[in-house]
Amino acid sequence: MFVKQISVFVENARGTLSRVTEVLAENGINIRALSIADTTDFGILRLIVQNPDKAVEVLRANEITVKATDVLVVEIDDQPAGLHKALSALRDADVQVEYMYAFVTKKEDEAYVILKSDNPQKAMAALTAKGVRVVPAKDVYEL
Amino acid sequence: MAKIWNPEAECMSREEMHKLQSERLCSKIKEIYENVPYYRAKMDEKGVSPADIRSVDDLSLLPFTSKQDLREAYPYGLFARPLKDIVEIHATSGTTGKQVIAGYTKNDIALWGEVMARVLTAAGGDETSVVQSSYGYGLFTGGLGAHYGAQTMGAMAIPTSSGNTERQIRLMKDLGTTILCCTPSYATFIGETIRDMGLDISEFKLKAGVFGAEPWTVEMKRELEKLLNIKTIDVYGLTEIIGPGVGFSCEKECGIHISEDHFIPEIIDPETGENLPDGTLGELVFTCVTKEGLPMMRYRTRDITSITHEPCECGRTLVRMGKIQGRSDDMLIIRGVNVFPSQVESALLDITDVAPYYMLVVDREGTRDTLEVQVEMSPEFFSDEVRQLEKLEKEIYEKLKSALGLATKVKLVAPKSIARSEGKAVRVIDKRKK
Repeated sequence: MFVKQISVFVENARGTLSRVTEVLAENGINIRALSIADTTDFGILRLIVQNPDKAVEVLRANEITVKATDVLVVEIDDQPAGLHKALSALRDADVQVEYMYAFVTKKEDEAYVILKSDNPQKAMAALTAKGVRVVPAKDVYEL
Repeated sequence: MAKIWNPEAECMSREEMHKLQSERLCSKIKEIYENVPYYRAKMDEKGVSPADIRSVDDLSLLPFTSKQDLREAYPYGLFARPLKDIVEIHATSGTTGKQVIAGYTKNDIALWGEVMARVLTAAGGDETSVVQSSYGYGLFTGGLGAHYGAQTMGAMAIPTSSGNTERQIRLMKDLGTTILCCTPSYATFIGETIRDMGLDISEFKLKAGVFGAEPWTVEMKRELEKLLNIKTIDVYGLTEIIGPGVGFSCEKECGIHISEDHFIPEIIDPETGENLPDGTLGELVFTCVTKEGLPMMRYRTRDITSITHEPCECGRTLVRMGKIQGRSDDMLIIRGVNVFPSQVESALLDITDVAPYYMLVVDREGTRDTLEVQVEMSPEFFSDEVRQLEKLEKEIYEKLKSALGLATKVKLVAPKSIARSEGKAVRVIDKRKK
């Protein structure tokens, strides 16, 4: 049920990001969503890709530091309070959000939000109980 | 327990050693005084004659020599035998100035083989061993030193030299190498390459590593033993004295036994030149009492260590020196604080049991020295959360601050972004020297 997110260590230096995209491109791996957390010296590039296992393998083979992390992809109604419904469910269940980012889908009235929480199991239960749809992994990879 | 190559020499009583060293020293000083005008002038200047040297206790009467003397006497000025007797030349890399030229007679080459055979035997070697010498061959003493030792022991030497790592590894596997001789940083590189090639170390016959020519920590030793599935011993030496083989650690891992029947060590205060007692840190000084080509007299190594004459549990009575705490000439002085790269390595290995690659970048902002420690990110400590990585940076910073007594800037860098070396590891970039 969890979606495997790929996290990549990127030094703040010219060409490090394109090195990652180059490896993915060469291996025909499509990027579904991404976000970057940056600090002065380095960044963490977080990616949702079509084939995370293969992505990890090819990135490692190219000596890029990479890690797979379980995240939740939550479907949000594209209307006021859409995101609030999900976050309040997590707050009430005492689940912490480590970070989150959104991406657009091809559907018109829905948005997807990627959530990393301190307790993915509990987060999923809390969201489902409040009627928030957690998108199955295979649907995310095959968007 | 590994055998001892020459028990008569390596396990003799202190009294016998004192007698042997005294005899050898007296005749060597007499010979040097007669044959080497440079030494004669130095001794005359200090007002000491060969007749004043009656036993090894009189060693401190003699003048010191240093790299500076070797430079002044370049290339042959300190040779004690005519060039017709010299059969081989080695030299230092000369990165800090003029190269040091060391000349060996036939007997010197045999002596080198003898002391290196002691080292290889302490590593568990014997005539059935397959010894791969992955030190550089050529003017550098590493390659041929290990080579002569292997042959003296009656083992089979494989002179792969350094570099061309994948080919080395194939030979290591196919020929059944049992003892690997190289620098610890190159051994790490070999181990990593074996893994990258997808080979299983258990398919190799490797049993021991004889590593040296650069400082390495106990943590790095354990790492290498795990990585290559071997036992390791430390070999110590310097071109000026003979090359590798001046000393070695035994399986008790309690310091480096010095072949003092040939190379007599002293520890001195680097400031005053006074002799220091056992157990006190100071500069290591050697006097060669059997070498013919280039018999150094009280040569100041710049290596900082201490010695002890307590016998070792391994059975050897040879004097032991501690780990080299640094070299007075590669020691960094940053904002008045003495920093040895090995301290940084120890601190990093306190945090993780995986040895990270690191580089010290020293610079100057205005009049203030800065030290940046670049640490290579590895899968073991990477996290998808910024705060975890910031916590790691903070932890490294704190460890270094308490180890060095100095605030540093810690920078996490991409894997393999720090250049690997196939010889001595480069750990410091000092930008202040421009």
